[in-house]
Amino acid sequence: MAEYLIKNGFVFDPVQGIKGDKTDVAIKDGKFVETTAVKNPKVIDATGKTVMAGGVDIHAHVAGAKVNVGRSFRPEDKLFGFKAGRGIERMQGGFSVPTTIKTGYDYARMGYTTVMEAAMPPLYARHTHEEMRDTPILDQGAYPVFGNNWFVLEYLKNHEIENTAAYIAWLLRATKGYAVKVVNPGGTEAWAWGLNCENVHDPVPYFDITPAQIIKGLIEANEYLGLPHSMHMHANNLGNPGNYTTTLDSFKLSEGIKPNNKFGREQVMHHTHVQFHSYGGDSWANVESKAKEIMDYVNSHDNMTIDMGQVTLDETTTMTADGPFEHHLTELNHLKWANVDVELETGSGVVPYVYSPDIKVCAIQWAIGLELALLATDSMRVFLTTDHPNAGPFIRYPRVMKWLMSQESRDQQFDAFKHKDKVIDATNLAGIDRELDLYEIAQMTRAGPAKSLGLAHMYGSLAPGLEADVAVYDFNPNEPYAPDTIETAFSNARHLFKTGVQIINDREIVSNGNKRTLWVNTKVNENAQVMRDVKEKFLRYYTVTLNNYEVSGHYLPNPYVIEVDATQ
Amino acid sequence: MTKTVTDVICPFCGTLCDDLEVVVSDDGKQLLEVYNACAIGAEKFLHSQAEDRITRPRMRQEDGSWKEITYDEAIEYTAKMLVDSKKPLMYGWSSTNCEAQATGSELGELVGAVMDNTATVCHGTSLIAVQDIGIPSCTLGEVKNRADRVLFWGCNPAHAHPRHMSRYSIFPRGFFTGKGHTGRKVVVIDPRPTDTARVADVHLQVEQGRDYELLSAFRIAFRGEKLPDVVAGIPKEQIYEAAETLKSGRFVIIFFGMGVTQSLGKNHNIDIAIAVTRDLNEYTKAAIMPMRGHYNVTGSGQVWGWQFGFPFAVDLSRGFARYNPGETTANDLLRRDEVDSVFVLGSDPGAHFPFSSVKKMYDLPSVAIDPHETPTTEVCKVHVPVAFVGVEIGGCAYRMDNVPIETRKVVEAPEGMMTDEEFLDRVLARVKEIKGV
Repeated sequence: MAEYLIKNGFVFDPVQGIKGDKTDVAIKDGKFVETTAVKNPKVIDATGKTVMAGGVDIHAHVAGAKVNVGRSFRPEDKLFGFKAGRGIERMQGGFSVPTTIKTGYDYARMGYTTVMEAAMPPLYARHTHEEMRDTPILDQGAYPVFGNNWFVLEYLKNHEIENTAAYIAWLLRATKGYAVKVVNPGGTEAWAWGLNCENVHDPVPYFDITPAQIIKGLIEANEYLGLPHSMHMHANNLGNPGNYTTTLDSFKLSEGIKPNNKFGREQVMHHTHVQFHSYGGDSWANVESKAKEIMDYVNSHDNMTIDMGQVTLDETTTMTADGPFEHHLTELNHLKWANVDVELETGSGVVPYVYSPDIKVCAIQWAIGLELALLATDSMRVFLTTDHPNAGPFIRYPRVMKWLMSQESRDQQFDAFKHKDKVIDATNLAGIDRELDLYEIAQMTRAGPAKSLGLAHMYGSLAPGLEADVAVYDFNPNEPYAPDTIETAFSNARHLFKTGVQIINDREIVSNGNKRTLWVNTKVNENAQVMRDVKEKFLRYYTVTLNNYEVSGHYLPNPYVIEVDATQ
Repeated sequence: MTKTVTDVICPFCGTLCDDLEVVVSDDGKQLLEVYNACAIGAEKFLHSQAEDRITRPRMRQEDGSWKEITYDEAIEYTAKMLVDSKKPLMYGWSSTNCEAQATGSELGELVGAVMDNTATVCHGTSLIAVQDIGIPSCTLGEVKNRADRVLFWGCNPAHAHPRHMSRYSIFPRGFFTGKGHTGRKVVVIDPRPTDTARVADVHLQVEQGRDYELLSAFRIAFRGEKLPDVVAGIPKEQIYEAAETLKSGRFVIIFFGMGVTQSLGKNHNIDIAIAVTRDLNEYTKAAIMPMRGHYNVTGSGQVWGWQFGFPFAVDLSRGFARYNPGETTANDLLRRDEVDSVFVLGSDPGAHFPFSSVKKMYDLPSVAIDPHETPTTEVCKVHVPVAFVGVEIGGCAYRMDNVPIETRKVVEAPEGMMTDEEFLDRVLARVKEIKGV
């Protein structure tokens, strides 16, 4: 493999504590190495440019059944988003739900190299893997959903942590999944009868269990197994005025639980798209930001991480396994609604949405997301996401960076709101003058998510021994800049390397890379009861046979397996 | 000695039954028995054993006779035909696996083809309706485990999806449906007294072509508003009663078929059926599902969805994907003379397209890839027989509820036969060679 030396760039690497120093970065055999270890490297001149590890996205909806519903039922999303194939690039289309091919290229253009699909219904795992296979460049993994799974509901009703853990291990293997995802625990099962669970103590119909028991039980099972990532949580009551109390109630369920893993992860709960969970008030008329209350909790509890779910003020396509929420949304905006309930496992919905700067609530949502990041005392635990495509498409990450790094750009946005004064009243953002620097951005987009995922040994830093994923941006941090420069520079990486292969050269995509699918193979003690339960459920209630359920290796042409031994 | 292969997936219809058992000879070359399948599915497996099966490509001669050619010659003809065309039509894709569909898409992209699948003449209208209004749906297991109200509308699963009623919709006992069919109320809306209507609790014998009116009347009845005495041939009392039956259910499922997707009204019929389902969600839980025909027509829509963003009628001729049913659909293109060659794989337009379209296919350079002799192979210039997907080669297929299942290979294809994917791979490689990419 070719050797490379990226010379003279301003390097930002939180893991190594490098804060914009001029440092050379060397690549050999797909890994970062000491600069002395390369003999005859190809030199990339990064003078006056910013150098960071490849971006790691902890939470995005980029592959699978509901994403494809979003694509196929919104031809209007392709109107302005198409791009003809050129060179090695295949044709691309879509804006808020781009085609798999566009997804790979667009992330690469932003300097991202690893992206996790945030919700995989197990029965649709093959579909998710087929799409990931057809997404170029990126290393990807997918989180199967567990929070409404009948096995989990039944085991946790009796607090059977070991059985839950054995089932999780089995399902991760069967679906080639990466982590334990929970979406509206209990609420989506209730939705199968047109109902919901709106707080952590609302009982799940028939199953005689509460969301609180599900959340706590899954955290415990996750730590019992010692998985690389923590339980990945989307709480009940998403998107409703006054929901911050439900969010805090959900956070508190992690108290007293210590992380148990060999991957350097320090949290036991990752709570995703917290912006959607930080609302005060009791109606859309008086909805207000509770980001401060939320961040007070997060800042003082180091066993959790969160991501933002930043609203980007675009027309987009919402999609989530929170079926009742999507029904609620279609009642609200009267746009088209797709819903799929998945036997024994989960549900989902898809609804287009327009976050208009002329609508007060949308502007408040915009402010809340930024508040979360700006009130964080530890950027290693608060990550940049848009919950793509729910709060906005991922291609807006550089714009979110701009807002985080520049008060001027936030003021400009405030001025563009139709209800500026009401938005200022309902939020705290106007009173925050903090501007993040690139070191903090690197924490929020690289080092932090990699660590939270238990992948700090592979991604998120330029330290020797790690995967050689690195982006070079046309941005000189030592010179004065206009806010828009940030967005332009970080949307168009000058160079990008993925595991040592040059993907972008002079802003041109020159390789489709050698993408890998990450999944977690967990060894557990033999558990006859769980295997008997699995057989029984498949025989009686599933519509595919047990032997046709497991995703075969055929769907993962280039797998990367993370082995976990939980037999002790 | 024989051996039995279990958990075999049936590559016939969108029901995609996955519990078949197939007995094969010890050497894996002969398929002897098929258990659990319906008559049509069993026949599909057994047909692969036909002694008169065509196993080598053939080219039509000037005098109308066939001449056997090699696979290499067939690949050369196909590659040249596609490269020489300004706008080739690549049609079908519903009776093959997703792997072949993905390779076919790449090939279509390279030659600037129009890609269309059989949805264009069956559930394409449903896909358009979904683009208008969305679709609240579910997997078939939700129907099995929860549905106590089942509505079949413009479809006849007793004949077209023979195991659907026993596996998923009427008869099975599920988790919350322990009484099986006695716990379900079945409503059929169909102008014909079908075999499905015969097992229903209620059969509304709607007047031909007036489905939209009847569905509209349901929406009015849900709200308790007034109806005329008779709508679409059905007395209003029956409509109120049927509407109440649906509203009072815990979980309602509506299945619909080509009786309404391709009758007058087309996508508008489906629009209002989906609106009825949305309405029902105000009162109870309801879902709706198209009865997809070919075992993997759903899959081709999925593959194009993630590769191009559209589920059918994808025009790649300008270098990026365009979609405009009525303009980019196969029959419209053929009848307007807008395509200059035809490539067919995994379907039989010769049997199902209007005669005027078939005649165009006959006049154009054309290739049909199909294990069978069909009306399509009879009008194409070259016929390339291939292995049966789901019988002689595995691969991914999507059920009517979009659940993907990996089909299984149970028996060896006749010696020297190619699979769809191999053939497409070879054509793709040759096209790249010719175009120098």
